Amino acid sequence: MQLEKFHYDNKIVRAFGYATVIFSVVGMLAGLWSAIQIYFPQSSLNFAPTTFGRLRPLHTNAIIFAFVGNASFAGIYYSLQRLCKSRLYSDKLSWIHFWGWQLIIAAAAITLLLGKTTGKEYAELEWPIDIAITLVWVVFGINMFGTIIKRREKHLYVAIWFYIATWVTVALLHIVNSIEIPVSFLKSYSWYAGVQDALVQWWYGHNAVAFFLTTPVLGLMYYFLPKAANRPVYSYRLSIIHFWALIFLYIWAGPHHLLYTALPDWAQSLGVVFSIMLIAPSWGGMLNGLFTLRGAWDKVREEPVLKFMVVAITCYGMATFEGPMLSLKSVNAISHFTDWTIAHVHIGGLGWNGFMAFAILYYLVPKMWDTNLYSKKLATNHFWLGTIGIIVYAVPMYWAGFEQSLMWKAFTPEGQLKFQFLETVTSIKPLYVLRSIGGTIYLVGALIMVYNLYKTIKQGRFIANEEAEAAPLLKEASRKKEYWHRILERKPVTMLVLSLIVVAIGGLIELIPTFLVKSNIPTIASVKPYTPLELHGRDIYVREGCYTCHSQMIRPFRDEVARYGEYSKAGEFVYDHPFQWGSKRTGPDLAREGGKYPDSWHYNHMYDPRSMSPGSIMPQYGWLLDNQLDTASTPAKIRAMQTLGVPYPPGYDQIANRDLMVQADSIASNLKKDKIETPSSAEIIALIAYLQRVGRDIKTDPKKTLAVNKN
Amino acid sequence: MKFIHYLEKTAGVDIFGIISLSIFVLFFLAMLTWVFKTKKKTFSEISRIPLDN
Repeated sequence: MQLEKFHYDNKIVRAFGYATVIFSVVGMLAGLWSAIQIYFPQSSLNFAPTTFGRLRPLHTNAIIFAFVGNASFAGIYYSLQRLCKSRLYSDKLSWIHFWGWQLIIAAAAITLLLGKTTGKEYAELEWPIDIAITLVWVVFGINMFGTIIKRREKHLYVAIWFYIATWVTVALLHIVNSIEIPVSFLKSYSWYAGVQDALVQWWYGHNAVAFFLTTPVLGLMYYFLPKAANRPVYSYRLSIIHFWALIFLYIWAGPHHLLYTALPDWAQSLGVVFSIMLIAPSWGGMLNGLFTLRGAWDKVREEPVLKFMVVAITCYGMATFEGPMLSLKSVNAISHFTDWTIAHVHIGGLGWNGFMAFAILYYLVPKMWDTNLYSKKLATNHFWLGTIGIIVYAVPMYWAGFEQSLMWKAFTPEGQLKFQFLETVTSIKPLYVLRSIGGTIYLVGALIMVYNLYKTIKQGRFIANEEAEAAPLLKEASRKKEYWHRILERKPVTMLVLSLIVVAIGGLIELIPTFLVKSNIPTIASVKPYTPLELHGRDIYVREGCYTCHSQMIRPFRDEVARYGEYSKAGEFVYDHPFQWGSKRTGPDLAREGGKYPDSWHYNHMYDPRSMSPGSIMPQYGWLLDNQLDTASTPAKIRAMQTLGVPYPPGYDQIANRDLMVQADSIASNLKKDKIETPSSAEIIALIAYLQRVGRDIKTDPKKTLAVNKN
Repeated sequence: MKFIHYLEKTAGVDIFGIISLSIFVLFFLAMLTWVFKTKKKTFSEISRIPLDN
């Protein structure tokens, strides 16, 4: 048969590879800076854009979408061409994909630092960027499926299945979770409220981990590991079971982020059950990876690429064992809201994703520049620095999580809470310092890689178009001995549809009842919509990223009820677009903050937290005292809320500012009594109004709730 | 566009559970049948795809 000659496109892989390197450093620096702010709050520079609440979303988004995203795209575009024996479908689409994605990253960096956020973790980007992501994702999809369709290889290798599942599920997750009502060009409200918003968000949030940080990287593992070890994967059969079981189970696991919250119990249990089952496919995948190296461990000693992969796969195994354990309710009661979660995700992030990305870079650069790696020794040093960095990062965080949780839950023999919240924070500060040292070590390793890759590139010659040849795929005339499954396995579109069905089932069954069954969200008559001023205050709360450190969800535990007040009810959040339950308590829970302290306390606390609580690690928010509240946007905000079903009276948007001024003046005069002079148009007034409102709607007996509050 | 529609009655909702469980079981049975019926040779061919280029 006539062999066809064609060229693989290495240029696009190079572009995504460069972006990976750049954003790994940027994302890690943002993370390191955030980590330092936790024990040295002054390093926020008292400047809004560089304060933790805005920097932390920048870190998470940069690592997930810029670093791992670009690494995945580089690896996918490299491997897809070779697995399909075909150049990418369209060079033009490749470059639209590349530049579109980088523009999204740039827009994300700017808007996040400016405080333009939806307030939903890992989905913080505002609606115009959400639309851009959708469009670029479609371009990526067309390019990928186009390549698969014009392939010269009969079978679709399992890596491609992972790519397809990634594409389809991320599209589904992104669209469902990002449905929002625009208020202005860079401001929107989530369509869902409270419990429903939380469920959709964590269905998304968990599966962002599953389908953005795991499935594409597993696909890359199934390609690059056999390549680097020069032997086929241990069991192809296992990889198929791994694939289907993984995507089937993963999609259900989201609610384990909401254990003991106001989410209906059945949904929590569902999340737990599927999370436990996830051990099986995850470990199947891990073992398949490690067993691939059977009889080739001597190569691991020589080859940095394999070293990184072994640790990456081991970290994958550890994180996917720990994940199901953390989703057990009794374990979660200890781990949730603490640094244990942070340790867990960094085993995944630094170990699995980071090391896999490094391995792929070390593999690709010498290949594409037709040379050898500049220095294996430097790469080995990077490997050890990275590994030590992970340990120095994770161990203190595990310790901190455990210690703080136990301190939260400690009671004196008299039945009083043993520790003030602040004491639990100051006792783990040294561990925060250690964590940032671990992060620094890891970053130094990455910088060594940058240098090593730079030198490798300098000594090599880039092959922009790599020659290849293969026989074209013939349409088989007769398929008499063809089984249905064999046909299926060759059809990318069928795979797409099947993956969609598989993930949609989990999503639908989990989400729909919470929206449909009335008893899942009991209404509470005393819960009323926010006043216009409180609504503005809430928007400021979201803008400053308060949810990155403060939860608003009191779990029904003795210590939490004693510390914060009555536990949270589902019906309290029906007007919360978006929900602000948070996932981490670096500061105390705020669900019953309203009425706890006088207005002047909040004013002084925002100006300098340490003046009110010595030793506090909260950043200063001086600009809230100077910024003027944007009352011009009130009518649009009220109308948007009305569209979402919040029962403001008809025509209220036009008179809302009148009510706003009355409330603002009363807070300003309250402050005046405490000798604080401030115009009632300052942003701080709105924030105080909101903080004084949170959780008050069901405070039936204020005296009693005040008596038990101790934080 | 209020996104709150309540089911007033729960009669017949168990069909959702039954359908989803059936799809789940059937899907996995089909997948396992395929995986174990396919010849080892085919799989070892496919698993060599990354190495052949």
